[in-house]
Amino acid sequence: MPDWFRRRSTHTDNGTSTSGAAAAAPDATPVALLDAASAVPEGAFTKCQKCSAILYTKDFERDLKVCAKCGHHHRLSAGERVEYTVDEGSFAETNADLIAVDPLAFPDYAEKLAKGRRSSGHLDSLLTGTAAVGGQPCVLAVADFAFMGGSMGSVFGEKFARATDLAIEEKLPLVVFCASGGARMQEGLFSLMQMAKTSAAVAQLAEEKIPYVVVLTDPTTGGALASFASLGDVILSEPGAYVAFAGTRVAQQAAQNQKLPPNYQLAEFQEEHGMIDRIIPRRELPVTLARTLAFFGVGTVTTAEGSDRTLPQTPGEIVSSNRNGSQ
Amino acid sequence: MNILEFEKLVAELDDTIAKARQAAARESRDALADFTELEAERDQLLREFFEGLTPWDEVLLARHASRPYTLDYVPLITEDFLELHGDRLFGDDGAMVGGFAQMGGQSVLLVGQQKGRDLKERQKRNFGYVRPEGYRKALRLMQTAAKFRRPIVTFVDTPGADPNVSSEERGISESIARNLREMSLLASPIVSVIIGEGGSGGALGIAVADRVIMLEHSIYSVIAPEGCASIIWRDPTRGADAARAMRVTAKDALALGLIDEVIPEPLGGAHRDPEATAAAIKEAVIRSIRDLSRLTVSRLRAQRYQKLRALGRFAEEGLPDNAPPAAAAVPASV
Ligand SMILES: [Zn+2]
Repeated sequence: MPDWFRRRSTHTDNGTSTSGAAAAAPDATPVALLDAASAVPEGAFTKCQKCSAILYTKDFERDLKVCAKCGHHHRLSAGERVEYTVDEGSFAETNADLIAVDPLAFPDYAEKLAKGRRSSGHLDSLLTGTAAVGGQPCVLAVADFAFMGGSMGSVFGEKFARATDLAIEEKLPLVVFCASGGARMQEGLFSLMQMAKTSAAVAQLAEEKIPYVVVLTDPTTGGALASFASLGDVILSEPGAYVAFAGTRVAQQAAQNQKLPPNYQLAEFQEEHGMIDRIIPRRELPVTLARTLAFFGVGTVTTAEGSDRTLPQTPGEIVSSNRNGSQ
Repeated sequence: MNILEFEKLVAELDDTIAKARQAAARESRDALADFTELEAERDQLLREFFEGLTPWDEVLLARHASRPYTLDYVPLITEDFLELHGDRLFGDDGAMVGGFAQMGGQSVLLVGQQKGRDLKERQKRNFGYVRPEGYRKALRLMQTAAKFRRPIVTFVDTPGADPNVSSEERGISESIARNLREMSLLASPIVSVIIGEGGSGGALGIAVADRVIMLEHSIYSVIAPEGCASIIWRDPTRGADAARAMRVTAKDALALGLIDEVIPEPLGGAHRDPEATAAAIKEAVIRSIRDLSRLTVSRLRAQRYQKLRALGRFAEEGLPDNAPPAAAAVPASV
């Protein structure tokens, strides 16, 4: 789906309450846009946002938008995330028609929503549905950073809560991919309350013994991290993701003259401090999720190394050619 | 003129009244007449100014240097308070206090965020910025109270959770998130009172409750108005505009259906009469606990979850907005 890429804006509107350099950074930029005079067809090459390596867009996409030179994991839209994660054709969206109402008549909010809808192709910042990952059925929720910085407003909170309802009803695990700058300022206190709403919904999952798995992706900050994103039975993260309570600007102000650790506020820092279970490269996420879900349910994990991880019953089969799914 | 500038005029009047009062105590009846007249004049000025308070005035009042803090109210609303310390994991956070209280003849657990009055105490209280240890201490105490079915009262007054390196290292996000999840399940009635600054997730970390009450001149906000202004308009000095746009006042929160009650403050604000403010808080808290104590535990928890689930405004194709009818009457800008 090469169109995903060209459609994406280079700047993302950040409607979230924690702003920082990481949250405001443009995504990978098609080289052709930088050099309009060249004969290169638009979008044929992509420049890595981190190491500036020039990559064939085709290769870049085959690599799931991970830089082949430096391993930088570029941000994905919710659609790309679904495409890269779930078993082909298994995703069925739910509650796609929930839409924000601008409850405070906040300056410019209506325009920001319209822009978010255009750039993401969705009505708000959380995509939900049912899917299978490596043969394991689940309820899936994916935040879209391209929609107002993945910010959490009333629609986000309601869709999240309905996803937990569905998980309880269908007795399916809930898998959440987070990419969010936190609460959406434009809905004021309504947005803050989504932290309580989503966390209380997670509590209901726990009461019903429904597994809840979180994958932190770049960036996960503020009110998202201080609510549902920190409450997974299992918390995974992509490498190098910005994962922090405070935005970089606030953190730097707070630190003043203190020297910050080099990996400060990255997934690696959080892992070091015991806040996340594992950092998993993008390509290995589907099989890792499948293995995780298999622990909670019943299923067969088949890896390229053989069938040594096969479990007794087989309602869903996990197939992966990935050799690095286990370490 | 904002509230702080106005208060300078009031202070001059207060001073004159005090002198007149002293004179009256020494001698004549004329002086007595003098100061009662002055008092009436001052109160009239206060009433007029307070009728026209802007959202920014409310922000300044909520952060007022003389505003009563949690530990100022404690002796005024409890017959006994036994403070307890520590999160049993790492340390004790001065920005969060908690302990066993006797209030109106019953045992309640009281936890509250605490700011400092002078520099030394401000440092001890980390300027009210709560660290992970604070949230974990609060949860430990609340879970103990719930185990023995004692009602829980929380006082909210913080600019926000602590954003420093040490707090990131010890999982400030996790500590707040855990409180949000666990408070939704606690088996005791929970009453939260926003007494000053309800600063974002840092405030919410002890404010998931069956009844949320705000003092008239407290604020509750998803982000500090200055922070909002610097993100939206790249201009932190436009806090007043952001305060208005985000509707941070107690009146707004009530009109939007996000809190249950507003406690009126004495003329001029809580700091002009802490005793009267405390009495009003005590009445509201005891009444709320009495109402909630009638519910069975399962009903209480189910009601709390329904209340949390109802938070938010959105629309759905084919259905009307989910806004309750009462809220439709709220003017577009307050
Ligand atoms: Zn690179």
